[in-house]
Amino acid sequence: MKKKTKKTSNFSKNLITVIMVALLYAVVAVALYTGKASRQLSNMLIPISAYIVMAVSLNLVVGLLGELSLGHAGFMSVGLFGGCLLSIALADVLPVAVRLPLAMLAGGLVAAVFGLVVGLPALRLKGDYLAIVTLACGEIIKNVITNLKFTGGALGLDTSPVYSNAKTLLPFAIVLVFLTMIVMMNLKNSKYGRAIMAIRDNRIAAESTGINVTYFKLAVFIIAAFFAGAAGTLYGHFFANVKAASFDYNMSIEILVIVVLGGMGSVRGSIIAAIILQALPEVLREFADYRMLIYSVLLIVIMLLNSSPKFAEMKGNWSIGSVVKLAKNKKKSKEAAENEQ
Amino acid sequence: MSNNKPPRAPKIPDSPLVPYPSGAFVPERDVKSIPVLETHHLGIDFGGLTAVDDFSLTVGKTEIAGLIGPNGAGKTTVFNLLTNVYQPTRGSIMINGFSSAGKTTAQVNKLGIARTFQNIRLFSNMSVLDNVRVGMHNTTHENLLASITHGFGYRKAERTSKEQAMELLDFFSLTELADAQAGSLPYGAQRRLEIVRALATSPRILLLDEPAAGMNPSETHELMENIRRIRDTFHIAIMLIEHDMNLVMGICEGICVLNYGKIIAKGTPDDIKSNPTVIEAYLGKKGAKGQ
Amino acid sequence: MTHFVQTLISGLSLGSIYALIALGYTMVYGIAKMLNFAHGDVIMVGAYAAIVAGSMLGMPPIVAILISVVVCTILGMLIERLAYKPLRQATPLAVLITAIGVSYLLQNVALLIFGSGQKAFPTLFEIPTITLGEVVIDGITLITLVVTAIIMVGLTLFINKTKMGKAMRAVSEDKEAAGLMGISTNRTITLTFAIGSALAAVASIFYGATYIYVKPTTGAMPGIKAFTAAVFGGIGSIPGAMLGGILLGVIEQFSKAYISTLWADAIVFAVLVIVLVVKPTGLLGKQVNEKV
Repeated sequence: MKKKTKKTSNFSKNLITVIMVALLYAVVAVALYTGKASRQLSNMLIPISAYIVMAVSLNLVVGLLGELSLGHAGFMSVGLFGGCLLSIALADVLPVAVRLPLAMLAGGLVAAVFGLVVGLPALRLKGDYLAIVTLACGEIIKNVITNLKFTGGALGLDTSPVYSNAKTLLPFAIVLVFLTMIVMMNLKNSKYGRAIMAIRDNRIAAESTGINVTYFKLAVFIIAAFFAGAAGTLYGHFFANVKAASFDYNMSIEILVIVVLGGMGSVRGSIIAAIILQALPEVLREFADYRMLIYSVLLIVIMLLNSSPKFAEMKGNWSIGSVVKLAKNKKKSKEAAENEQ
Repeated sequence: MSNNKPPRAPKIPDSPLVPYPSGAFVPERDVKSIPVLETHHLGIDFGGLTAVDDFSLTVGKTEIAGLIGPNGAGKTTVFNLLTNVYQPTRGSIMINGFSSAGKTTAQVNKLGIARTFQNIRLFSNMSVLDNVRVGMHNTTHENLLASITHGFGYRKAERTSKEQAMELLDFFSLTELADAQAGSLPYGAQRRLEIVRALATSPRILLLDEPAAGMNPSETHELMENIRRIRDTFHIAIMLIEHDMNLVMGICEGICVLNYGKIIAKGTPDDIKSNPTVIEAYLGKKGAKGQ
Repeated sequence: MTHFVQTLISGLSLGSIYALIALGYTMVYGIAKMLNFAHGDVIMVGAYAAIVAGSMLGMPPIVAILISVVVCTILGMLIERLAYKPLRQATPLAVLITAIGVSYLLQNVALLIFGSGQKAFPTLFEIPTITLGEVVIDGITLITLVVTAIIMVGLTLFINKTKMGKAMRAVSEDKEAAGLMGISTNRTITLTFAIGSALAAVASIFYGATYIYVKPTTGAMPGIKAFTAAVFGGIGSIPGAMLGGILLGVIEQFSKAYISTLWADAIVFAVLVIVLVVKPTGLLGKQVNEKV
């Protein structure tokens, strides 16, 4: 007779995640600001934070709504260019502390508009078709931005006027990551989140219980795009030159791998997976060539495992947490067997 | 040909499913109230095929009505029409006096009509409790801001929805399974949960699509009791599609028989039982003669 | 005028290649009800197989082509057995993600084996160019058009007149019922993948012969565009795939010639989005209603 209700355990799970992330950033910040951080570490911080935000926001679409969006990098791209252009325009007018949040907000809003634009055709479609439309939109965005003059054309946007180092950008990265995390975790445990998950599980039943599917599908795309755009702006400030071509289908897939690896719908999983998948190539330079190969194998293996009956006991969802549980169970049964001897 | 304009002012029904006063065992029968569901010459064509035609029906406020007919008669199609899953080609539907023309399924649900499905459609990855809370979506006062921030009335709304959902589950003895995953429930419990979820949307009329499918006689008996309990406690109407004649004859006060998309008979269980057209529809001409 | 005809012919040629690839997509989607994202990369494999056989091992052209077809066919069937069959009961999302994984796997294996530089496709046929007035038609273009037309006719006959074709149509309508009627769904689906992959191999031969240079990522873009074409024509419809492929090739070449090469890709994708929004079933597709 479990007295503990599901909601309490959700809350404590989320609390652990928040504390974990806070600790990680605290350690990293101390290392960075006391000058003890290695070059490698300070180079990784901002991109990893951006990827965390991208993964958590994509998880809203893929894990919570259950739709595959293959154009998420496009939202990041739009936000990046929108926000950085504003930032460049205001470079001499406002100090960084005001300019950057403003630019990130602007980037997020621009991306949110595109989220609406991409979401609209996606409304009438589901599954494969929706995935392809998002892919097409991502490619259209990439193509258009590369061809426009004011975004720098094929040579990319010169962001050197607003280029900042990790020390300046870290506080903003932390704020963005926490914001994204908390919004996502709160949504999961709310009326909105339940409506979204209901649409995922059975769209027709959701409609017949009075849920306006159109509204929620759009809301999900817009919210996810907003965070991707803000992350894009942050990311753009870390480089002196950004090209739209880097934010293509391949990057969208990278983020998807993170989401799948971390477990659909799991915020903590996305964070851990993002850190691992972005930090690993830096740490294991020799494996850089094999990185995408390993990713693709991972994708296939995880999907096959998800559908195999053995993993069905773990609610059929792979996540880093379930591997830990599996290891714990094995240890427990081994101990039990040893005790019996 | 058909009069597509529904009557504006609520009027006393003169051709309800069961003539008022019917001598039926319904405790409160307000003859002066508008019927909860009224359709006028409802019809739908799919390409060249007319699936339902000239479907006119009235269901009283607290009536238990039955929709029966041989397989393929169009019964589920009627349910889909009533909930605007299909937009009718002709005819009109009035729910509590309000026309449902041009509305989405979600809007029609807000008008007061809820349904269950022939092949159970639960939110299988969500808990039993959450399935019910989704049903209470439109009565829970929690906007996007509250959902995201967990403030602005979030706590009160969540607590209220949880309490009310547990009450509903209790009504159907499902409280023990509240935290279980809906997809893992035994079949009978899944069917009960679907009914609970539909009830959670505070409908004025509940449409049940083959609720007794796959049930043994004792489960069917329990279902009959539950349906009566729903009507008596919540004072709503219920319309069910069923093939189990014991169930239909046992609890329905008015029955409508469909064949090839058209109504072939309407009346009380006794009327229907002895109606030769109905017998012929089910058993064929020889069967009718044998009667 | 010459320019117009020239563009039209190159459009038809490109369109034929797209049509061959699109046929594979549409058949698999119609029968196995899944989007084989890896289909485009099978083309890349076919091209590399021809390169290895033709250029590196010095085999005669016919043998190289045959090897390419055989390799692709086996690869297609292997992918189906290993990656897609276990997921027959899984959600479409899971299947799609797996397909993406397979696509990436193929690309990266090729990257590791052949490197990221481009390799030249061996000259398999020496066909003279034909000149009609001021219009110059490349020999290979003509062959592409002719062979594709023959294949399309052959495929339509196969689907409509043979027992296996009937089995495929049955499985595409209702898998379970077909199984109950004694049709081996497994064998039918495997055959579908085999045929689709074989067609992809043919497409890769023509692609290689026309565009010469092959990279590991060569298959991805034509694959996506061919999928666009299949959807454009109506997914699940074989004439639709042919029509969609040809139309899309023509649209792309005209965009490149008369608007700008830069915007050609965006235009092609925009066509996809518009078609899916306005008529999700495509030009020749049929409306499939979800049973409620």
